[in-house]
Amino acid sequence: MDPARKRKIRLVVALTAAVVLAGALVWTSFGSATEAATPSQALHGAPGRSIEVTGKVVDGSVRRGDPLRFRVRDRNGATSIPVVYRGTIPDPFREGREVIVTGRMQNGTFVGQRDSLVTKCPSKFQSKPGGKTL
Amino acid sequence: MTGAVGNACLAVGLGAALYAAGAGVYGARSGRREFVTSARWAMYCLAGLLTIAMIMLESAYLRTDLSFKLVAQNSSHETPTFYKLTALWSSQEGSLLLWAFLLSVYSSVVLLVTRRKLREIVPWATAVLGVVAAFFLSLMIVFGQNPFAKLARAPVDGNGLEPLLRHPAMAIHPPMLYSGYVGFAIPFAFAVGALITRRTGADWIRSTRRFALVAWTLLGTGILLGALWSYSELGWGGYWAWDAVENASLMPWLLGTAFIHSVMVQEKRGMLKMWNAGLIMATFTAALIGTFLVRSGILDSIHAFGASTLGVPFLIFIGVVAIGSVVLLVSRRDSLRSEGQLESLLSRETFFLLNNLVLVVLCLVIFWGTFFPLISEAVTGTKQSWGPPMFERWTVPLALLLALLSGIGPLLTWRRASPATVRRALKWPLVATAVALGVMLVVTPAAESVTSLIMFTLIAFVLAAVAQEFLRGASARRVMARESWPAAMASLVRRNRRRYGGYLVHAGIAILFLGVAASSGFHAQKDVSLRPGQSTRIDGYTVTYRRPTAGINSDRGGTGAPISLGAVLDVRRGGDHWTMRPSRNYYKNNDGTGGVFGQYFTGDSTSEVDLRWGLKRDFWMAVQPDTTGLMKPLRELNRRFSNASERTQIAGFVALMEVYRRTAPPAQFRAIVSPMIAWIWIGGAIVLVGTLTALWPTAEARRRRAASLAAARLGRELSRA
Repeated sequence: MDPARKRKIRLVVALTAAVVLAGALVWTSFGSATEAATPSQALHGAPGRSIEVTGKVVDGSVRRGDPLRFRVRDRNGATSIPVVYRGTIPDPFREGREVIVTGRMQNGTFVGQRDSLVTKCPSKFQSKPGGKTL
Repeated sequence: MTGAVGNACLAVGLGAALYAAGAGVYGARSGRREFVTSARWAMYCLAGLLTIAMIMLESAYLRTDLSFKLVAQNSSHETPTFYKLTALWSSQEGSLLLWAFLLSVYSSVVLLVTRRKLREIVPWATAVLGVVAAFFLSLMIVFGQNPFAKLARAPVDGNGLEPLLRHPAMAIHPPMLYSGYVGFAIPFAFAVGALITRRTGADWIRSTRRFALVAWTLLGTGILLGALWSYSELGWGGYWAWDAVENASLMPWLLGTAFIHSVMVQEKRGMLKMWNAGLIMATFTAALIGTFLVRSGILDSIHAFGASTLGVPFLIFIGVVAIGSVVLLVSRRDSLRSEGQLESLLSRETFFLLNNLVLVVLCLVIFWGTFFPLISEAVTGTKQSWGPPMFERWTVPLALLLALLSGIGPLLTWRRASPATVRRALKWPLVATAVALGVMLVVTPAAESVTSLIMFTLIAFVLAAVAQEFLRGASARRVMARESWPAAMASLVRRNRRRYGGYLVHAGIAILFLGVAASSGFHAQKDVSLRPGQSTRIDGYTVTYRRPTAGINSDRGGTGAPISLGAVLDVRRGGDHWTMRPSRNYYKNNDGTGGVFGQYFTGDSTSEVDLRWGLKRDFWMAVQPDTTGLMKPLRELNRRFSNASERTQIAGFVALMEVYRRTAPPAQFRAIVSPMIAWIWIGGAIVLVGTLTALWPTAEARRRRAASLAAARLGRELSRA
């Protein structure tokens, strides 16, 4: 086989592989990633679907115990939903801090998946190198 | 005074950086060497100025001069001295200063080393480094990120360093990471210089190879320290969460790994010129993204982005770097033609190329996953995110492929390996792998996790291949030089540091993967609520909660935490028996809510994990005490003793601790048994030894240097005579 032809075949194979891979990446991402929502979107959304809620922990709403109970509100707003959660509570979890929790709405309460609670750090902490949002 | 000196250093530094850029370009275009020399001296000055600036800021931290905004923000009188010093890089402004400082030091070193070399490339490289330094300095001076900013009125005390960051690994993690990011600026600048002057041979690579290797090592060490911190400080027990910050540091490391492999192909065969230049440009861009994009808030939402003051200038700078790189690559494509061609698919260069492709694909996948919240928000209007399972689904197969390639690559020769030699080279490693697989299937439960089993098998193959290379080389020396085994091994490594150092790195990474595969595939975890006297079982161990502990200023970790509540537990399996003392530290709330006594329970609190390290397995234990029973006594204390003397208040705290010990409410425990997790850190240490071996000047280079010094001395003496 002459070298030019060989190079062409290699190029076609490589490009095909790249396109297939990229296609698979896009397909699986949009298929299985969890939808993110604010508390008010979660309140008005369809119940029973798995979503990821991001919001601030309402002051005075935290009841530590098993399970942990708290309310989470919109970042800039007052709408809040009650959350029931079991599992690890990240160290930075506090009233007023931003949290992300994955779960589903059941009878007006957001039931979190085990160990899905992530605390986003306040601006003071966010600006730190390696300041993990965990 | 301190502030004035610091500000002056930054301002004059900006001037020096701009001068270096201008003089470098002018010197290069006009051919006037004196301008190039002065540009180099401007960079030395910059390094001196920024060293002074760093000392000024550190001295403000050390004195706890609260008139400085940064000091008030993340230090305090009570912060332990060590953490006062490391608080500098916990703020955005401080870390920008650290970045610029490290860049100026790196630049000075590389310009000093190359002052008599690469006469065409160096002036442009100086200019590029000057521009990068000027950008960071202008962020501090022009865009309001001044680390020396003062407060109109100094507060009585500062916020103190974020308790989570009070950990030795976290104290050195940021400078390591930054040294890695910044280090890639050096090969980047030289690549730009090489492309502009069309001197696209391997000279720029040879001169900056060590810098790339140092940057790669420091970045890798930084990433591992971050993982260690996450494992031993954060109360969840994992070391990697596919968090955006972690991913951002992994991406340049992966591209850097590809770069230090593929440059060998250019050095040996004159191929992959375009690829190498493109790769280092991508690495530096990724390092800039790693430094910044995560902190800009852009990942939270596209809309939050406009609010960040740093966002726009940084995005423009990253855009300029990325687009400029592409334009330069395209415009120089005629000088980037390969001198050689792939002669056979069965050759070392082919495997380097494949390893490069896998690393770049891995990086692209992580990039996509990290930025998916943005991508999905832009495309569908709703934000979606990739969880760890998605990352694992994509990265695990790629990691397996990488392990396979890293085992085969070193066994092949350059250009073309004949099937017979390949068979011979593969024979013993394959036999060893088969034996290892058999042993694992019979003796260990490795078959329970198929992915882990495949990984273990590949690791055995990589280790066997590396061992064979060492043994072959040493046995050849034993015969030729009549040396004993240890002497043969030592002289083998000494005579070819780069190659055998590289093999050590491979072995270290394989061992690191061993720790990852074993601990992620076979760990046991239990979350349980226990009262004193109660027991639970995990993985054959019996854990008994003996008694609660409570103390004032009693934390052994040196974090300066005022209150620690904890537990004493007995762990027992068969005849093995030990005690564990996990605790939780409570810090004062800075806004005073909760009253004089209560403020200690409404602030930050951090898990102080107790870990029993072991080569076979780690036993990890964290506790979450229940403080609801303390609320009533706290209210009582607040009501009665808020205005009492300090001694009475201390007595109040002592009584409160006694209440906790006596009532002993049930506490939440998390116990984790992770097999072989210690090998992650051991593997990391082997990688470090390997890179140091590769970096150490060879005997030959030392001889050359000694010879040239002797020649110079002889020349001087002759001219005098």
